[in-house]
Amino acid sequence: MNRFAALLDRLVLTPQRNGKLRLLVDYFRDTPDPDRGYALAGITRDLEIASVKPAMIRTLVEERLDQVLFAYSYDYVGDLAETVSLVWPEAETRANRVPTVADVVETLHQASRSDGPGLVMGGLRIGVSARLAKQALAQFGGKDIVEIEELWHGLEPPYLDLFAWLEDRGDKPAPNHSAPFRPVMLAHPLMEKAERADADIAGKLAIAPEEFAAEWKWDGIRVQAAAEGGERRLYSRTGDDISDAFPDVLDALDFEGAIDGELLVMRPDTERDVAPFGDLQQRLNRKTVSNKLLASHPAFIRAYDLLTADGNDLRGEPFQVRRNRLEAFIARHGGERLDLSPLVPFASLDDLAAHRESPPHAAIEGLMLKRWDSLYQPGRPKGPWFKWKRDPFLIDVVLLYAQRGHGKRSSFYSDYTFGVWRPGDNGQELVPVGKAYFGFTDEELKRLDKYVRDNTVERFGPVRSVRAEPDHGLVLEVAFEGLNRSTRHKSGVAMRFPRIHRIRDDKPPGEADTLEALTALLD
Amino acid sequence: MKFPIHPRYIAIMRAEDLLHPTPAGLYCPSGDFYIDPVRAVDRALVTHGHADHARPGHGAVLATPETLTIMAARYGDGFTGRADAAVFGKATTVNGVNVTFHPAGHVLGSAQIAVEKNGLRIVASGDYKRAADPTCAPFVPVPCDVFITEATFALPVFRHPDAGDEIAKLLTSLQQFTERAHLVGAYSLGKAQRVIRMLRDAGYDAPIYIHGALEKLCNLYESEGVSLGPLLPATVETNDKDQFAGAVIVAPPASLNDKWARRFPDPLPAFASGWMRIRQRAKQRGVELPLILSDHADWDELTDTITEIGPSEVWVTHGREEALVRWCELQGIAARPLNIVGYEDESE
Ligand SMILES: [Zn+2]
Ligand SMILES: [Zn+2]
Repeated sequence: MNRFAALLDRLVLTPQRNGKLRLLVDYFRDTPDPDRGYALAGITRDLEIASVKPAMIRTLVEERLDQVLFAYSYDYVGDLAETVSLVWPEAETRANRVPTVADVVETLHQASRSDGPGLVMGGLRIGVSARLAKQALAQFGGKDIVEIEELWHGLEPPYLDLFAWLEDRGDKPAPNHSAPFRPVMLAHPLMEKAERADADIAGKLAIAPEEFAAEWKWDGIRVQAAAEGGERRLYSRTGDDISDAFPDVLDALDFEGAIDGELLVMRPDTERDVAPFGDLQQRLNRKTVSNKLLASHPAFIRAYDLLTADGNDLRGEPFQVRRNRLEAFIARHGGERLDLSPLVPFASLDDLAAHRESPPHAAIEGLMLKRWDSLYQPGRPKGPWFKWKRDPFLIDVVLLYAQRGHGKRSSFYSDYTFGVWRPGDNGQELVPVGKAYFGFTDEELKRLDKYVRDNTVERFGPVRSVRAEPDHGLVLEVAFEGLNRSTRHKSGVAMRFPRIHRIRDDKPPGEADTLEALTALLD
Repeated sequence: MKFPIHPRYIAIMRAEDLLHPTPAGLYCPSGDFYIDPVRAVDRALVTHGHADHARPGHGAVLATPETLTIMAARYGDGFTGRADAAVFGKATTVNGVNVTFHPAGHVLGSAQIAVEKNGLRIVASGDYKRAADPTCAPFVPVPCDVFITEATFALPVFRHPDAGDEIAKLLTSLQQFTERAHLVGAYSLGKAQRVIRMLRDAGYDAPIYIHGALEKLCNLYESEGVSLGPLLPATVETNDKDQFAGAVIVAPPASLNDKWARRFPDPLPAFASGWMRIRQRAKQRGVELPLILSDHADWDELTDTITEIGPSEVWVTHGREEALVRWCELQGIAARPLNIVGYEDESE
């Protein structure tokens, strides 16, 4: 347990992906079965510990510790799960030995009331995606991550057969159900940021209509819907099984095959009029979903590709063939909850650029360009598929707060909170609208850090507020992908993927944008 | 004006008459001295060299020889009008009040001060800990009527793990991340030297780089017999940043997030402190490797110490008084907070 706790500590506090990978690989190497397997399950959240409710944990603790002392502790720490794990009586560990992860898990499974909160992580974010854990397993065993993703859903904690295979002591585990996840094919941006400025590179990128198909890139989440051998499953593009949150979509998978598509929410009582991304977010990350939500936020799939059909694997066929099969397939099995993403006919690159500038629906993020002859390859191969996103939105905002970054950036103020103007009780006031911590160059970071240090008004721990007045302050041009309504933000809106685009030294803060101008984008 | 004291009053002398808090600090009227005063006074008894306990400008200071040396190093030779050295376990008399210094196990030279008159004994323990520390004498429990305890980590959430395991965490990380400079934040008096000494005891014999602010105190520890092994200044002499790859650099906590830290390649911020028990606190400071290593007693040490000494009354100061007072109440021990202002939550 000790070693696992130490691993969690390091994972939570290590910002770099490579650092996390190294910690995980070393842990898998140095920890015996079944502990490493249970730890892996704990990290990837595959371990279901019979619903331990906060109130229950509290009661358990208060049986062991004075309520007032617990209240003082909780007040100080701020997080219930962390408080509980810190105050948990340590009599056993002092007297004897530290329990193993396996001990804890077995105790939890036996006890009707869980009797040890070691794995209750509460508000804690470990910061390790299932994908990163699989990457670490691949690295540990010298395998390709695609192989691990393919067999993942047949596995169960503590994954003895998986580790045996990774250590070349056993056979490759076989997927145990008939609708497995198949690793997804991803696209490159049509031009990287640096290349965009270079007219030569842009000019050479010939997207000819006879070589490429174009289709809309819808603003939902990429999914894989598999219905095979009597099983139906919905996977995220990283292979997480999200079936439980979408029973309405699962019902519609009345076919034998696997589809690659976009998961979207439609406005109720319309024929799949796509609702804003924020509506889809309401449906995500749920174990169960209420009838009310099913009615107000109906979900559906817009199909891009066909991976298997009626027992045939189509991934080795060119896109042209798959597309023909897909069109016939949807004609047969499509309906209220499943339709086809249309192709966008074009005659030239200019023609395509015009489409990109004026898409027919607000829920379109841009274009996908796929070579007619491209096979369905897992990962992000360079060349066959491109995404060509709409230009981001730009606004001018005023810097309000800055927070120190992590790792290499821990001596820099590199996380910025910014605001726009709105009418207040005493004239115009600034209201925070977002936070950004990337997009700037190293040079810009130095300038921003210096500005923060030279213009600090107040400090709260790692955060500083800076001067932000109509004629003294810093204006930043922020780029973002879209805007959602949000009740959690004071401004009522939340930006998607905001980043610092440019420092506007030339602009006085009084001339930055207003909340009114920003919210106009919502409609 | 002085009146002879009637023997009847002596017998019922109250603890508050022997020692009580004043704006300048804990004051003993019969001895006319203060313990760890927060302002300049005529006569001060000082438990240890941390800045919030040991201030310059007093008329006279009574402290252990090590504490006097530390004060002289920090404030210069004229830090007090007169300096008297106290010997552990040997009673002296100050204006008719018996005073004895006992080891507190906190930092080099740290002491508890037992004050005794007419059969009443109060022990002001200053800052203390019970865990082993190779850089100072261990805490000695002294029976007493009133025990004055610190409360820096007086919450049940604070349980310091074995210090050796924390040092092992640092050594493991050095092997795992050989390309990164391990920047260890440590309070410059006591903690820094303890970390260095413990690394040596664990077999780490490479040079350790230290921030300029630590040099004087590290030299002082060396000359007091705490050997720290090869130490080098953490300055970039050549343009070779690589000299710090995989090295240990010890620095005051504040410098971790300072521009100073930019000279190191891909620094890995570590912080040796009891506060690191709270993950959120580590995260806020951008600490990647928290080392839960404290020079203050944790919850179990505080409560075990009170149980062991068994005083009839406990006075709590210096931190989270309310929780420790609550615990004493639950045990049926009389306790109250001593609200002395001026002590800081040492940025440990
Ligand atoms: Zn101290
Ligand atoms: Zn102190």
